[in-house]
Amino acid sequence: MRRLKWLVPTLYVVFLMLPIYWLLNMSFKTTNEILGGFSLWPTEFTLDNYRKIFTDSTWYTGYLNSLTYVVINTVISVTAALPAAYAFSRYRFLGDKHLFFWLLTNRMAPPAVFALPFFQLYSAIGLFDTHIAVALAHCLFNIPLAVWILEGFMSSVPKELDETAYVDGYSFPKFFVKIFLPTITAGVGVAAFFCFMFSWVELLLAKTLTSVDAKPIAATMTRTASTSGYELGLLAAAGTLTIVPGAFVIYFVRNYIAKGFALGRV
Amino acid sequence: MTLELNGVVKRVGREVHIHETDLTLEPGAFNILLGTTLAGKTTLMRIMAGLERPTAGAVRVDGRDVTGVPVRKRNVSMVYQQFINYPNLDVFENIASPLRVARRAEAEVRSRVGRVAELLRLTPYLRRRPAELSGGQQQRTALARALVKDAELVLLDEPLANLDYKLREELRDELPRLLSERGVTVVYATSEPTEALLLGGHTATLHEGRVTQHGETREVHRAPVDLTTARVFSDPPLNTASVRKAGATVHLSDRIDWPALGAAGTLPDGYYTVGIRPYHLTPRPLDGDAVAMTAHVLVAELSGSESIVHARLGDSTWVSQSHGVHAVAVGSDETFFMHPGRCLYFDAAGRRVGG
Repeated sequence: MRRLKWLVPTLYVVFLMLPIYWLLNMSFKTTNEILGGFSLWPTEFTLDNYRKIFTDSTWYTGYLNSLTYVVINTVISVTAALPAAYAFSRYRFLGDKHLFFWLLTNRMAPPAVFALPFFQLYSAIGLFDTHIAVALAHCLFNIPLAVWILEGFMSSVPKELDETAYVDGYSFPKFFVKIFLPTITAGVGVAAFFCFMFSWVELLLAKTLTSVDAKPIAATMTRTASTSGYELGLLAAAGTLTIVPGAFVIYFVRNYIAKGFALGRV
Repeated sequence: MTLELNGVVKRVGREVHIHETDLTLEPGAFNILLGTTLAGKTTLMRIMAGLERPTAGAVRVDGRDVTGVPVRKRNVSMVYQQFINYPNLDVFENIASPLRVARRAEAEVRSRVGRVAELLRLTPYLRRRPAELSGGQQQRTALARALVKDAELVLLDEPLANLDYKLREELRDELPRLLSERGVTVVYATSEPTEALLLGGHTATLHEGRVTQHGETREVHRAPVDLTTARVFSDPPLNTASVRKAGATVHLSDRIDWPALGAAGTLPDGYYTVGIRPYHLTPRPLDGDAVAMTAHVLVAELSGSESIVHARLGDSTWVSQSHGVHAVAVGSDETFFMHPGRCLYFDAAGRRVGG
């Protein structure tokens, strides 16, 4: 029994990594090899797929578009959620608990429900096919999430810290920026990470609200698949690249996320 | 500075946290707020600081009404029971914070922080973050920040309650010394009567949102105005019982009585509540008038320097506190001595009438 202790974690990691490995594997193969048969690693190793993505503007603008609206959304979400979370954590007001719960229910609503009204609304006011349109639409589920996460972190800071700062002579804005924000950087990091991830993976609203100028990478991928036949190697390379930003961000906030788990807010 | 509370009331919703209170703090001295948890010490302190606005009444500083003035416009400093420091700043910047906000010159900040840090023995830790310090060091940092700014009013809300025993004793000795040198008015909240006695100064006793008495600490302890104050100022709890005075004798029950000595002698006959301090109920007589009574020992707590014995006498449980270790067997009947001249007598309304 003791000698087989390594077995379960190994199997777990293998199953976890297998699809990712397969995607990576495919991205270095030519489409002919992928369709030709089964091979555990590329027999004709090629970087052409990646070369195409980084040189062809129809491909790389997809990434740029996605990154643009994701970053805009993250900034808006966290900026809007900070004062809201502070209010929920520090003040008691009429219906505060209901409002807090109502915010969370927004997180639960499927974005598909809002696709049509958003499309009509954004078209009517001339925001269709802009980055800001997608960024604003994603606030629908990201702001509640950010408020929820930040409220947990803020409530773990004693109210007496605020008061000590006022006793020392700090004004509220100065206290918030110089003392409070540095105290809850972990929370800001975690909230930003989740906003980034959820905005990055959301496809339906992003696709509905854009056509050319702000088309996200995921839309580029699906459209390519249907128009120019099966370029599986290229799609695999594109897929691999979509994992990169998430992995990159998670590396920076990994310690903070553990803290978020400890607070029960992640 | 003189701080006055005039008819201050604090209500939250329907609950009354502070009943109408008039209190004038002794300027430049140690003012102790003594009361159990939820007695209203913290609320009263927050009203004095300006962190909370009283529902009614006024707060006056040197006769000037400051009721609506926010805390940052007042010259106060405050230390909490929990160790509150800015986690993102090191100890130096934590202490310097009020001076930085006031935009003092760098040289002045350095010298003042240096002096206070030296006083509180924090010099070796100035470059550390609060999280890297022990509890005692964290609380000393908070105290240093309160002292550095030359506030007129220093509010200390049970600052030593969360410290371990040794540190508590050490800081309890140092605090009055540190503060009296500066001539500031200090308000110190505590729930421990012994702490109040050790700190001296003036004491206001609080019970359920009311100040029951305010005066010199020793005086309040020696001559409480009523039963509530006597109870608040007694640890272990005051022994009380209903007694009947008839002529020159006070009857506890049919079998136990003692002569009405001292102030009790002039009381009219009738029913009273007697209060006997635990340290006046002892296993050995303290004076020649001592009256012996037998009680059934329930619990005996022996610490290094004193013995606390809970014993049943008639219908009530009494506590005896005495110096030295007296080996008492639980379950046995022991003789205790009470001292009629040192009893407190209270009338039906709870006011002290004799003793």
